[in-house]
Amino acid sequence: MSKTYEYVPEPALVKGNHDFKDITAMITDINLRPTPTGWYIAFTVSSLLLMVLLGSIAYLFWQGTGIWGLNSPAGWGWAIVNFVWWVGIGHAGTLISAILFLFRQGWRTAINRFAEAMTIFAVMCAGIFPAIHVGRIWVIYWVFPVPNSMTMWPNFNSPLLWDVFAVSTYLTVSFLFWYVGLVPDLATIRDRIKSKMGKMIYGTFALGWRGSNRHWWNYEKAYMILAGLATPLVLSVHTIVSFDFAVSIIPGWHTTIFPPYFVAGAVFSGFAMVLTLMIICRKIYGLEDIMTDDHIEKMNIIILVTGSMVGFAYAMEFFMAWYSGVEYEKAIFILRATGPYAWAYWIMISCNVLSPQFFWSKKLRRNVAFTFVISIVVNIGMWFERFVIAVTSLSTDFLPSSWGYYSPTFWDVATYIGTFGLFFTFFLLFLRFLPMVAVAELKGVMPQADPHNYNDKGEFVQPVVEIPEPYNKPS
Amino acid sequence: MKTSESDNKQYGILAEFRNPKELIDAAKLINEKGFKYFDTFSPFPIHGMDKAMNLAKSKLGWIVAGHGLLGLTGAFSMIYYMMVIDYPLNISGKTLMNFPAWVPIMFELTVLLSAFGAVFGMFYLNGLPKLNHPLFNSENFKKATDDGFFVCIESEDPQYDEEKVHKLLKDAGATNIETIFDE
Repeated sequence: MSKTYEYVPEPALVKGNHDFKDITAMITDINLRPTPTGWYIAFTVSSLLLMVLLGSIAYLFWQGTGIWGLNSPAGWGWAIVNFVWWVGIGHAGTLISAILFLFRQGWRTAINRFAEAMTIFAVMCAGIFPAIHVGRIWVIYWVFPVPNSMTMWPNFNSPLLWDVFAVSTYLTVSFLFWYVGLVPDLATIRDRIKSKMGKMIYGTFALGWRGSNRHWWNYEKAYMILAGLATPLVLSVHTIVSFDFAVSIIPGWHTTIFPPYFVAGAVFSGFAMVLTLMIICRKIYGLEDIMTDDHIEKMNIIILVTGSMVGFAYAMEFFMAWYSGVEYEKAIFILRATGPYAWAYWIMISCNVLSPQFFWSKKLRRNVAFTFVISIVVNIGMWFERFVIAVTSLSTDFLPSSWGYYSPTFWDVATYIGTFGLFFTFFLLFLRFLPMVAVAELKGVMPQADPHNYNDKGEFVQPVVEIPEPYNKPS
Repeated sequence: MKTSESDNKQYGILAEFRNPKELIDAAKLINEKGFKYFDTFSPFPIHGMDKAMNLAKSKLGWIVAGHGLLGLTGAFSMIYYMMVIDYPLNISGKTLMNFPAWVPIMFELTVLLSAFGAVFGMFYLNGLPKLNHPLFNSENFKKATDDGFFVCIESEDPQYDEEKVHKLLKDAGATNIETIFDE
């Protein structure tokens, strides 16, 4: 009988023939060498965009939320769409750092630092929108349970308050997780940097880390516990974001499918964003040996899976609307696909459901340029998904006499574009001053790190994988 | 060790090894010899080092559990006080203790406090931050965060004897041995 299968080895996580020293140098030299001119250009552009954000917010505070396109019947518009979009992007970072860690996916080490940074900055962008949406910003502290002059407390039965707790907990825990991962790498930079000033700053933030195995022992435990905490946390955050909609009685919002559907969408858009950033950075900083094509392929598979889950959710929404027998529920879904916002609906379907289907092809999954395009298309689609959900349900709800068409104003657009300034300003600072790959973790997954891969003379030997013989039925 | 640093107390002896396997073997040996005050240093955690060094189970889990419990009960008591005792609001005659609606915030605060427990508990157990340490006096020790693998036997150990420890480490295959002083 001829052999009908072949053994497909797990691809090496780090390509090329690098030892530990190379890895340290490859990643931390980016922080140690002089700032490249390109960085200054990018930083200038993003700072200007950040000024656009600050300007728009200042004008909003001065003038009030009337400068946005919000009016009856659509009381939620771009601000909420942007909030959900940015929070969703953040979720991929936690998925990579926590969930893939619990599943022992070694390939996460190349991208987790990077993705966690993206999470933090994306959640910062997200948090701005509900905060400035309150109108009277000077009493924003009312959302927190602090004593105030009315002797009242916030309403703990309200999903909007759950959101305050969910998003602020998420930001805090993501930051702690990120920092814990950074400590050993900050120590690496501390030991390599020449300038006295740099030594002091990195040394302070490294907290005197010295790589002791007694410390690593507690450290690994802490890392594991944090991953275990962040996993249900990330699922809960987008669940609670979806409750902002699902707990209301608006047709098209009041559905139980929202929590899983929102979480899948969040992971979908987040992975796309990680890919967009990663493809640019690995090119500029020459990290193709660490963030390999295999990583891109694996991430594209996740995009395909979550994209199809989102597509399934869209179909299920239609089915449930019909199956429920509720007139308003049926009407809103027909209106989404054929009504005044049909253009947005079909952009959403083609970007989110159709575009990831290209990744069934292995060739396209490994095509970097193609992946880059799809990653941007996916994020456009996911923005439109939130737009379709938020705006269509509000503008065409129960009474046709109170229907209306929502359009954004200049300030809606400026605020949204401005958040990219905030995001990229922080992201560029991160790329410049912090190691963008988790150096210690990456070394830990290399075959050289496993004491079993050394012979008695203390020389490294590549691990040999035993290929099982095919089972032949005794004839 | 031959210089006249008589008034400068020894911290211990630092030895470098070439790779994770040699380090783990050395740790096993030192542990078998009955040393208690020693430590190994590596740029990443080494699988199996806890057994080689005979490390006790980390207490961190208990710290996190305590914090998590505090978060859970704290959140419940806070919401109960605010919604039921201090400012009860009658909303269409619905029950004041609307427990299902409190679950999300109770969950979030449990996670938040547990995460604080995990991070700060870990730093507390490790005695960090500690920005200065006798080991940082060694120029060679800088490799510990790059590609160096080190063992340090501390002078606090009752079995500590400079000559003997030196020999032990040399026999274990150390490439670079130096005495570390407190100052």
